[in-house]
Amino acid sequence: MGQLNAPRSNRDSQRRALALVIAVAGLLAGILSACRHKEEADNTSGVSFEKKLQERLILATPGTVIDLPEGHFHISRVLSLTVDNVTLRGKGMDKTVLSFKGQTSGSAGLLVTANGFTAEDLAFEDMAGDGVKINGGINVTLRRVRAEWTKGPDRGNGSYGLYPVQCKDVLIEDSVVKGAADAGIYVGQSRQIIVRRNRVEQNVAGIEIENSRYADVDDNTATGNTGGILVFNIPDLPVKDGQYARVFNNRIEANNTANFGSSASMVSKVPSGTGLMIMATKHVDVFGNTIKDNHTGNVMLVSFYATDEPIHDAAYDPYESSISVHNNQMSGGGTDPASLKVKVLALAIGKPLPDILYDGVVDPKMKDSAGRVVGEDRICIQNNGAATFVDFDAAENYRHPDRSLTAHNCSFAPLDPVDLPDEDTSEAVPSGGTSTNGTN
Amino acid sequence: MEIGKAQHHRDGRKHAAPNPTAPRHNLAVMSFLFLVAAGVVVMVYRRSHAGVQPHLQEPFPAKLSAWRLFVGRAADLHPNNAVVPYDINTPLFSDYALKHRFVWMPPGTSVKYRPHDVFDFPVGTIFSKTFAFPVEGHHGERLIETRLLVRTAARWVGLPYVWNQAQTEATLDIDADPVPVEFIDDGGRVHQTNYNIPNANQCKECHELKKTMEPLGPNARNLNKTYFYAKGPANQLEHWKEIGYLADAPTSAQAPRAAVWNDPSTGDLDARARSYLDINCGTCHRPGAAAATSALYLNLAENDAEHLGVCKAPVSAGRGSGNLLFDIVPGEPQESIIVHRMDSTEPKVMMPEIGRTLTHAEGVDLIRQWISTLPGTCAPALPAGHRGASS
Repeated sequence: MGQLNAPRSNRDSQRRALALVIAVAGLLAGILSACRHKEEADNTSGVSFEKKLQERLILATPGTVIDLPEGHFHISRVLSLTVDNVTLRGKGMDKTVLSFKGQTSGSAGLLVTANGFTAEDLAFEDMAGDGVKINGGINVTLRRVRAEWTKGPDRGNGSYGLYPVQCKDVLIEDSVVKGAADAGIYVGQSRQIIVRRNRVEQNVAGIEIENSRYADVDDNTATGNTGGILVFNIPDLPVKDGQYARVFNNRIEANNTANFGSSASMVSKVPSGTGLMIMATKHVDVFGNTIKDNHTGNVMLVSFYATDEPIHDAAYDPYESSISVHNNQMSGGGTDPASLKVKVLALAIGKPLPDILYDGVVDPKMKDSAGRVVGEDRICIQNNGAATFVDFDAAENYRHPDRSLTAHNCSFAPLDPVDLPDEDTSEAVPSGGTSTNGTN
Repeated sequence: MEIGKAQHHRDGRKHAAPNPTAPRHNLAVMSFLFLVAAGVVVMVYRRSHAGVQPHLQEPFPAKLSAWRLFVGRAADLHPNNAVVPYDINTPLFSDYALKHRFVWMPPGTSVKYRPHDVFDFPVGTIFSKTFAFPVEGHHGERLIETRLLVRTAARWVGLPYVWNQAQTEATLDIDADPVPVEFIDDGGRVHQTNYNIPNANQCKECHELKKTMEPLGPNARNLNKTYFYAKGPANQLEHWKEIGYLADAPTSAQAPRAAVWNDPSTGDLDARARSYLDINCGTCHRPGAAAATSALYLNLAENDAEHLGVCKAPVSAGRGSGNLLFDIVPGEPQESIIVHRMDSTEPKVMMPEIGRTLTHAEGVDLIRQWISTLPGTCAPALPAGHRGASS
């Protein structure tokens, strides 16, 4: 612009130059606004949005809030955060999008190794590996975050969408995960967990709580996954003995997507058409859920032997016990079982399979002299409306399937709700989720 | 020797010469100019003579030269007084980059010997590791980055400095862009890649143990080797003792010695493979470090076969497992996930996750050979408790 002070004698050329400048500026503005919707680079200082964001993450100090603008931003390398008490906040999970398409390095979108991390109102798309991984953090909050592989179920997708591991005090709410080739929301080897009002679709596992203690999984919608919600305890992990989970008021519907997990992954064992699966875990309270149209089974209660995997871990307990399934609504399950094993079961007992499939595998140590399980170790199933049941006697290859609930007509005292340190503040934030509040 | 060299520098500086345009008859002006010139001489002398300048608080210097780790032409990496070059027996693979390592400790300090763990270096210690690639030309190398690891009073801090094209200075860049490089390795193969300079956070990913950053290489077993110092060859542990850097150390013959991964005279196949896995995998894959969540431990101290990956099913490898079932299948390298992941350059599959963009063909070969000699099989046994469950 400073060039406009040209000598008078050059007026014509000056005018021409001006016209040219205006034309070029107009053209640039047009191109810029056209590009704005697709891809936006923060070019104020010639430094890419990606580099600026990573630098802000590195230079953050405890208490820093990193606000991200609306837009679709391309990120090529894993982002990381190691500073405690940092908040990463966008303008909405459909407005602030970090796209990792073609990611060249790193096995996650964002890797956090810090306490007190909060992410809100933004999306992570098409990561090479996991979405948001939080390794070893205390006080983790993911709120209105979307993690998605945009081409839908695909073997090439990353494993986990929202992925806290070895964390304590974890809150994941009002978030959306789609397309994970393992679990959409996966909380592993952690303690004190609330996963609520999320929507998980088209993942191998919608929500998986694994080797964790004290988890509340409520008011989520899990649909179109291979398996809707899983509560697992598996061997060979440094943090063992997961127990105490409440799974309530969830909608677990039509999780019939073909399993697209890697054959080495634990979730590859989950047959397509699984609603809720509880494996080798203790003290689980399942109530108030609507579980329907899951073609293999609405609810499966199994030991680790269901996986046919060898167990080398001497400290591992492969049995499920002390599980209560009550006051749920179930319908339309078991019409078209997917896995070979469950098909064999269907041949033995006929289709549709009952809503609740229990393998009947019991730790011999838990049996009394009459061969029954009594007291705290039982599997209690009550007040589930018209829901049907079978103990399919996996240990004897389905020889003595038992549809009677007599042995399971019992109840346990309710488990305590999970109480997170800062939960009150989170409640104050308006929620756009699919909350169906109230308990039974 | 050091003094003579510095004087040479001083004599070579233009500032040191008296200003020829000064008026001859004005004594006052002349004396003034003389004083100025003398001041400049002293400054130049002191600069070229000054020792290392540690910076133990933020803000850390933007320029590598501010640390005064090196004297003379920057790219020569000629160590300043008390800056000691060193090498380690089996290094981390970093895209075939050449590495120049130096350590400096504050005057009067030393580090106490420990047989197994990395030494606990005193506050003020500076490690400098420069990554370079061979190029044609008189210098033979293009310096890419210099990583400083500095022991401040509170903690270790990692500082990545990136070299300029002119190779005259390196600048602190906490999140540097990848650098395109092209080079020929020792085996004569041409490589082209976008060399990734780890950002400041990624320093921590590898260097953190129990959330505390620490050096990785300088332990007794990896330092226990001969280095060709300017004065002649010497064992590094012995040399560090001699210059007062290492205290309470046994003789180098008594200290443990890591096998050199590609030198069969230093250890058998098992020792060399374990040494390679220790430094290339075991920094994360050990209890308390970043990959501990997997329970795959590849550090040298691990002796449990399953933790070492033998017939161990992966936990969260996902597609990284390449649909293979176990981390290591004895006798079957092509069935072993660790070989698959070491051989890959795909972001989600490759191991290590960061620090390389190329496959270390020779390293993968070593691990292949090692696995092919391991005894046993991983046939999934019938679950032992299965029958018992129904009894």
